[in-house]
Formats: sequence, structure tokens, C-alpha cells
Amino acid sequence: MGKQPYRAPKGGLVQRNRVIRFTFDGRSYPGHPGDTLASALLAHGHHMVARSFKYHRPRGILAAGSEDPAGLVTIGADAKRRDPNTRVAEQELYDGLVASSQNCWPSLLTDFGAINDAFARFMPAGFYYKTFKGPPGTWTGLFEPIIRAAAGMGRAPEPGDPDRYEAINRHCDVLVVGGGPAGLMAALAAGRSGARVILVEETARLGGSALARDPDRLAFDGTQPAQWVADIEKELATMPEVTVLPRTCAFGYYANNFVGLWEKVSDHLPEDKRLGHLPRQRLWRVRAREVVLATGALERPLVFHENDRPGVMLAGAVRTFLHRYGVMAGRRPAIFTNNDSGWVAAFDLARAGAEIAAIIDVRREMSPQHLAEAARLGIPIHASSTVVATAGYRRIRQVEVRPLHEDGTVGQGGSKIACDVLAVSGGWAPNVALFSQSRGKLAWDGELAAFRPGLSWQRERSAGAANGTFALADALAEGARAGVEAAAAAGFASGDVTVPEVEGAEPGQGRIKVMAELPSHLPAHRRRAWIDLQDDVTAKDLRLAVQEGYSAVEHAKRYTTTGMGTDQGKVVNLNAFAFLAAERGEDPVKVGTTTFRQPYKPVTFAALAGQHMGPHFLPRRTTPMHAWHRRHGAVFEPVGEWLRPRAYPREEEDFFAAVQREARTARSACGVLDASTLGKIDVKGPNAREFLNRVYTNAWMKLAPGMCRYGLMLGEDGMVMDDGVTACLADDHFHMTTTTGGAARVLAKLEDYLQTEWPELKVYLTSVTEQWAVASICGPKSPELVGEILDDFDPDPEKFPFMAWREATMAGIPVRVFRISFTGETSYEINIPATYGRWMWRTILEKGQKHGIAPYGTEAMHLLRAEKGFIIVGQDTDGTVTPHDLRMSWIVKKSGDFIGKRSLFRSDTARTDRRQLVGILTEDPELVLEEGSHIVARRNEPAPPVPMLGHVTSSYYSPNVGRSIALALVESGGTRIGDRLFATRGGLPTVPVRVTETDFLSLKENRQLPQAPREALNG
Amino acid sequence: MFVITCPYCGERDLSEFAYGGEAHIARPEWREDMSDAEWAEFLFMRTNPKGILAERWMHAAGCRRFFNMLRNTATDDILAVYRIGETPPKVEARLPATPSGEAPIGSGNDAVKIIQPGEGA
Repeated sequence: MGKQPYRAPKGGLVQRNRVIRFTFDGRSYPGHPGDTLASALLAHGHHMVARSFKYHRPRGILAAGSEDPAGLVTIGADAKRRDPNTRVAEQELYDGLVASSQNCWPSLLTDFGAINDAFARFMPAGFYYKTFKGPPGTWTGLFEPIIRAAAGMGRAPEPGDPDRYEAINRHCDVLVVGGGPAGLMAALAAGRSGARVILVEETARLGGSALARDPDRLAFDGTQPAQWVADIEKELATMPEVTVLPRTCAFGYYANNFVGLWEKVSDHLPEDKRLGHLPRQRLWRVRAREVVLATGALERPLVFHENDRPGVMLAGAVRTFLHRYGVMAGRRPAIFTNNDSGWVAAFDLARAGAEIAAIIDVRREMSPQHLAEAARLGIPIHASSTVVATAGYRRIRQVEVRPLHEDGTVGQGGSKIACDVLAVSGGWAPNVALFSQSRGKLAWDGELAAFRPGLSWQRERSAGAANGTFALADALAEGARAGVEAAAAAGFASGDVTVPEVEGAEPGQGRIKVMAELPSHLPAHRRRAWIDLQDDVTAKDLRLAVQEGYSAVEHAKRYTTTGMGTDQGKVVNLNAFAFLAAERGEDPVKVGTTTFRQPYKPVTFAALAGQHMGPHFLPRRTTPMHAWHRRHGAVFEPVGEWLRPRAYPREEEDFFAAVQREARTARSACGVLDASTLGKIDVKGPNAREFLNRVYTNAWMKLAPGMCRYGLMLGEDGMVMDDGVTACLADDHFHMTTTTGGAARVLAKLEDYLQTEWPELKVYLTSVTEQWAVASICGPKSPELVGEILDDFDPDPEKFPFMAWREATMAGIPVRVFRISFTGETSYEINIPATYGRWMWRTILEKGQKHGIAPYGTEAMHLLRAEKGFIIVGQDTDGTVTPHDLRMSWIVKKSGDFIGKRSLFRSDTARTDRRQLVGILTEDPELVLEEGSHIVARRNEPAPPVPMLGHVTSSYYSPNVGRSIALALVESGGTRIGDRLFATRGGLPTVPVRVTETDFLSLKENRQLPQAPREALNG
Repeated sequence: MFVITCPYCGERDLSEFAYGGEAHIARPEWREDMSDAEWAEFLFMRTNPKGILAERWMHAAGCRRFFNMLRNTATDDILAVYRIGETPPKVEARLPATPSGEAPIGSGNDAVKIIQPGEGA
């Protein structure tokens, strides 16, 4: 024990008979299982663990739990696993734990960043806003790099986290948040009723505040606290419907009792002891019928000059370290308090063997019972006094105490008291974060000088200290009642719970004397009284914010950054709000609070992502032919939810060359495209034809069985939404195809109209996208090949004309063959039941070999379509394009209604100067424009804003036309055919282009390609 | 992430549903003489109230059927769920005091956080 000089001789729930070792900043220390990193460091008298954010001031351990604002370190030696900004007070100790300090260089004790502290008076509140302004360019060029270099807390882990995380969903009847006395009673009561209960405890052990009490002076029905907790835990374990989750934080309370829980499953274990089948962390998405919030209370620090030294600790935390972890925070502690709870901490420490340097109480009148006990223990009392200064660098070593007058001034002639810890207590405030997140309304409690839960909005109730009920016996009763009521509200008959008799109850915090900032003999500008220990916000900063007009609580927060650290101001905010109220001379209710937002404490991204990592982040749909594509070197691209082959580069062939070859082969010999991803909707019913008539712009009444038709679908706004070919299978039965990315949207829209606008139509829609595997074979050799692979089939394009379809068989398997085309070449689209897809594909490629077949990907498909001027919805259209804009007026029927028809006659859509789809040919045939390039009227436009005529939507080098081609939407494009315009090239000089029709292959065949002017060729 | 009671399937999580915009806006029959203003009224104009809104939802990851719902947009309180073609039921809700104000409790804007003096608890 000699190696842990501040370990109490007895007590605590740590396993004293086992010694484990950990390192902090490279030094090895012993500790015990059951310790936190904080308690183990304190056992060595090690208070200074961190540096503050702005001034790099030494920071110690203020609190014993997740509310600790500034005791942040990095855990882990492995760069991929390290966990920055971990609170020392929360990290459980394990054998081999490696912790290191952060936000300091070169070391914790010698930190060059501490120079900031010397210049603190030049960095007041709003320093950023006042300093970092200047002429244009100074922000990105000068200020931002400086700020970025100085900012940041800890270093994020490097990519490639080797650990597993998981997210699970759970429904329950009663969710109890908090495993302290009230929460335990609530869980027990609800559990006995048979309800499905989840009990969540943030720390490793159930028990909460019961474990922070002297076990020899507290008993529940005659049982010591730890044993009482263990008995309840044992009973809960026998209940099959009860789940107890230690090390789990309820971090977010959302709508309809949806609560996010973050369970740290393995972080408390040495890396080699973590179980392979368990994740490192787990996210629970819980939907609870009823919620009991038993989140306890948080103790406030006091605001006085130099209150930020390591060794200044909350009195309650000192008790927790003593009784739960068996650690004396100091051997000569001083106590500074404004309520009775500081006194009991002093008594506990004295009984444990500490020499109490003094109890300094700002109040004049104190509990006679406590005064008597202090006298009995020989503790010096400084009543009606305040601490005006402290000393000590790595740890507090002295406080200066002066008398406090009734008028709020300090007197002369105080005393300097040596101490090694200063336990402070500013009174307790219910922890209302989750309640407020649930959108409940807070009520101001003048007696507590704090907010407590007022009006509930959701099905939730608060119990115990979280509800402002601090007396232990009352909290137990309230917890039991909350459990019974919650179970009853969820439909479970109440279980019977007897509230245990408490022996050794404490009188509570008594009358509290709130002083927003304790007075000092120093002038205001020399006082440095910290409010936010992490972000370095002092009372002076908040005062300045009020003076400069940022007195509203939300403004003051942002102006000074108070409560904006990783702790989200759990303990500091109440002091900040009280200070603002005092400064403004207003009621705290008027000042209000900032918003308690989710998450309650920082949750790792990994836990939120859960299993959805890597390939599971966004699962991709693949076609039955996918394995073949992969084996044959396909380069893939995501299209909607699908992964489609973009090209099949051969060895020593780059992507561009592969696309050129594929596109050439498709027109000169034979190409095949995996078109399985196209959306397919089976449309059936007596009114199917009428339905198509209403959803497409063209007429469908005369389409005979055995024939297909291309259709454009508009939104009700008249804009092109989707296109595709629909085949008539029978008079009342159609096979509709949609674009790959639009399938789900189209089906939803069609269902919408059928269900809500035209319920009288008898039509049934079924998505059959995945029932069929589709190979689209095209090119001059395709009839021959199709004749070979199908059984007894005459593919003669004369007898089986374009836009017809036939049933056929392929080795006996029934298939549908459509004479429809993506490319303008003679094409056959073979649809086979999906399970035969890979076999069909392989067969086509084997049999096609002698015809010179090549599979082609989506890039060549886009290129082949562009060569014929066929549009691609979503590339050549963007939701602002009508069929007339595409110069496809031929597809818009004159008579009868269809979705979007009326909108085509709106004054805006009927304009003749709208942007229209045209072909664009650069005068230099080798130059390929960037898609998105702007089309402008003159080579050298005047200064911006340049009048823009339109933009390029598709642009390729076409091997079949023998030059570059592009499609563009150009203002009044239809009337500009033959005109010379210019295309921009992102910073380079514009280039001249010709406006043409869109079917480039026909232009070539008819020798209508514009000749390049001589200057362009030479230039 | 609230819970919606599908009139066909029962209580399900919001993530199973797709939003369908304001309800009870019938598509006008095609009329040659319909003015642009009349058409725009149907096509673009929505009430967007801070308060009770009748809206369409589709149980996308379930029965895929459309239905109507009355929701208090100020608090996300779901007040009624009913089928397409049915008339909206009469409901009551704690509504914002003024067009720009907040509902007295449950506001999605977190603006109403504290019980003010004189306000009944």
C-alpha cells in the first residue's frame, strides 16, 4: 500500500488484494480492479491530468463521474484504437491501460501553449470575432490556418478501426435511467409487475449515491449499502423480462419515448481479454412505453478567484472517491461550501483519518448539529467567510480566506491556510438533461436555486434526486412509486414493493446561500474566477458579454463559449445562468437555460455507425450476372441502389480505350448489355390501358398485344420524370420498364394516383424488376446470334420488326424477346427468369464469340445513346425540362388528359425561349467538352455576370461518328441550329461550337456534319 | 423518429413510412379554360400551418398503402389517422398562441423550456 500514498487504509469497493498496472504519460503505476483512472491517479496524489483548452492552464479532477468538465486524457497506445477526450473519472482501470495527456506540448508539466495564459487579458470573450477580421482573403489566407493549428482537443484515431460495433433495437414497457437508489426501486417495482424493464446505469456498478456514503453509517433495513444493492441486483437477475445494462449511458431522449443508449461493452477490459464475439460498444435504440428518469443530481462548484487549480474538487466527488474507491483526495483538505453538504464531506474525511484544514462557509447561520460535530472532530470553522485566492501549480497548496460582510464585500485581514485539496460545494441541482430533451418543461425551484422537472410532455416521470427529492428515504419511496405507476401505465398490475427503512439518513443540503460570484478584495479586472474549466470562461468574460449586449443566455453562451466543450456544461452551466441572472438583475426564470441537446455526452461515431461499415454502409443491389462481370474485370459504378458495370477494360487498355472499343463493336459487330437493373412493373387489370393513357404523354389505346411503345412520364408540374418502353402482353396486361434509378419513385407515384386520385380504376401494379434477368444484344450480327441461341426462332428483323415482342424459349426456358433498342442498332432484349440470368449471359458470350461479341458497360451505353440523340433522364434532364424542351413534341398527345398536361400550358412552360436540347459540335473535332460547360454567345464575354445560354448535358468522344459530340440545353436551341456559339472551359479560353440536330449518326450518314473552319484546325 | 399507427398494419416506426404531402388536395379534372392561377393553386400552394395539418403518408416498408393523418406540426403530436376517402375527424390540440408563437408545451423548436410565472403547472 505504500506505493499508493493516498489510498485510504480501508473501505472502497476496489479489490485491494489484486494489483494491476497502468501507465500515464509513460510512467507506470499500480492500481486495483474497481478503480477508475481518476481514483487510481488520486491514490498517488496525482491531481493534474490535463490542460485547459484556451489558456492551457493545469486541470485536475473536479468530479467523479461523466460530469467532470476538464479531466480529459487519451486512452490507448494503438493509433487506430485510441480514444481521445476520455474523462479520467469515467475510464475504468484495467491491467495494461495506457493513458496520455493531451492539449499540451512538449509535456503536461512543460507546455509551451501555457504562454496563452500570460496573454489572457488580450483574449477576452468574443476574442475571435474582434480579432480575426480584415480585408478579403485574410480569413482563408491568414486567420483560419492559425486558428486551426491552435484548435482541437486530442487527436482522432487513425482510420481503420479494427474493433466491431453494433446497433440493436429494443422495445420495452419501462425504461429506467439511472441505477441509484431511486432507479433501483423503480426497476424493482416495475420488474415485479412482470413488465419488460430495461435498467440503465452509466457506471460499472449499480448503487449510485448509496455507494458514495460511509457504509458504516448507512443501512437499508439493517443492510450495508453495497449488500443492499447486490441483493436487488440478484433479484433483478432472476426476472426474465428485466435487462440490466451497466456501463450504459442514455444519451438521447427523442420523440415517442425513443431513447438512445450507448453501452461500452469492452472498453473496461484489457485488449487481450476482450471477447471476440462481443462488440467494443453497442448502440441500443429503445422504444419504451414508459420512462423513469432517475438520473440523480449534479453538484455545482463555486465561482471565486483562482478556483481552477488542480486539487479543487467537488465535495460530493471527494466522498465518492473515499467511499466507493477507497481514496483520500487529500490528507489535509479544506472545505468551502454554501450549504450543508460540504460539512458531511468534511466529517467523512476526518473520520477516515484526514486532518481537516478548515471548513469555510459563506453562510452566517449553520446547522447547530453540524457545528457540534465539527467541534467534536476538532475542525476549524470559518463562518461567513470566503476564499479570495489560492496557490499551487500542480496541486493546490494554500487558500486565502477573508471574512464576508453582509453587504457582499470582503473584510481585511484574513488568513492563509495550507491544504492539499479544496472540496467545494455550491449545492445540488437535479440532472434534468434527459427530461428537457424529452421536451418537458422545467420549473424553477427557489429553495434549491435550481431547475427541476415541471411539466412532462412524453410518457415519462422523474424520481429521486433527478426530481429534486434529495432525502434518501423520500427518494426511495418516490422511485418505488414511479416504478409502480410506470408499469401500471404500461398495462401491468402493480408489484408490491416495500420501501426499505433507512438508517443514517442525512439532513440534506439545508439552506443554500447562492452567490453568483464570490466577492473578493481584488478589483474586478484582476479577478480570474472560472465558470467553465474546459473552455476557460471566467466570470469576467460573461460580464463582458453582458456589457457588449450578448446578455441573452443563448448569445452569452456562443459569445464566450461557456458550456460548449465536450462536457456540454453539465456542472458549469448552472453557475453561468445564475451569473447572467445576477449581472442582468433578473429572475433566473427570465434568464432561462440553453437547450439541453442530445447527446448527453459525446458518443463515438463508431457506435452510431454500428454494423453499417464498409460494404454494409449502403448495401448495393447486383444483377444475377454480377459474378461474371467481376471475373471479367468490369469497372463498376453505382446507379441508384445498383452496382452496374461501367466498362470492361482488357489488359493494357485504359478506361477510355475500353469504352471506345465497346462502342465500336456494338455498331460494327455485336454488343451485349446487362440491362437487368431496369425497373420493371407488371401492370394488370381491366383499366390498365386507360391507366397508361393517363400516366404517359402519348396514346396507348391502339397498342396491340405483341407490340411495345416508348413513353415519357411527367410530374404534375409538366417536367420529365422518367421514360421507358412498355409492352402489351394482353389487352389488360402490360410490362412497363423504367429507368434503373427511377423504378421505386415511379412505382410509388403510380400507386399514389391509383390509390388516391383514381380509385375507380381497376389496375394492379407489381414490381417484377428482380424476376427477370435482361440481356440487350445489339449490332449487325445480333440477328444471327439471337437465331442461334433461341430454340426455333426466326429473328429476321423484317418479320420480327422493331418495337415488337415475342415469347420464345432458350434451351427450353421460356423467355420474352423485345425488339427494342438503347443504341439505334438492330437490337434484341432477352428477358429470362432471373435464376437463369448468369447461364444466359455466359451462353450469349460463348455463342457470340465467333460474331466478335463484346459486353459493353453503362459508359458505352450512354455514348451509344448520345450518338443517336437519345436522352438519358437524369443526365439530359434535371427536373426543369419538359418534353417540348427536349424537342420531343411528337410524343405529346393533343387530346385527352395525362399527368402534367395542364402544366405544359403554363405561361412559363409555354415560352418559346426556354432551353431546348440540341447537339453541340466543337469546331475542333478532337476537343471533348466538359459536361456542365456553359454555352455563351460570344468568344469574349464582358465582365461577369456573363449571360449564359445553356449548358452541356452529355459529352463524349464518339468512335462511330469519328469526332467529339455533345448534347446541350440551349436557350431557344431549336431556332439556333447551324449557329456558332461558344463553350466555356473552366478558366481556359472559350471554344467555338456549332449547334446541330441531336442524331449525330444520321448527320454523318447524310454528310451534314459541319466542316471545321480552317482557323480552328490550324489554331 | 415518432411512431405512426398505420390504419392497416398498426403501430410502426417512422422509418417505415414515406411522406406524401398535404392531404385533401384533389387533382382538378382537365379543363381548357382553367386559368394559370387556378392550376398554380392546385400545383404549388399548400397551407403549411403551424398547428394541425392533414397530410398523406404511405407505409412504404409495409402494406404500401396511402392513408391520411392529422399532425400538430408545432409538436409532432399525431392526433388522428384515417383512410383515404374518409373525412378528417374533429380533434383538439395544444396549439401555438400566435402564428409565430410556440405551442405551450412540446414545441419542436425547444423554445418553450421553462414554466413561466403565472403559468399553471
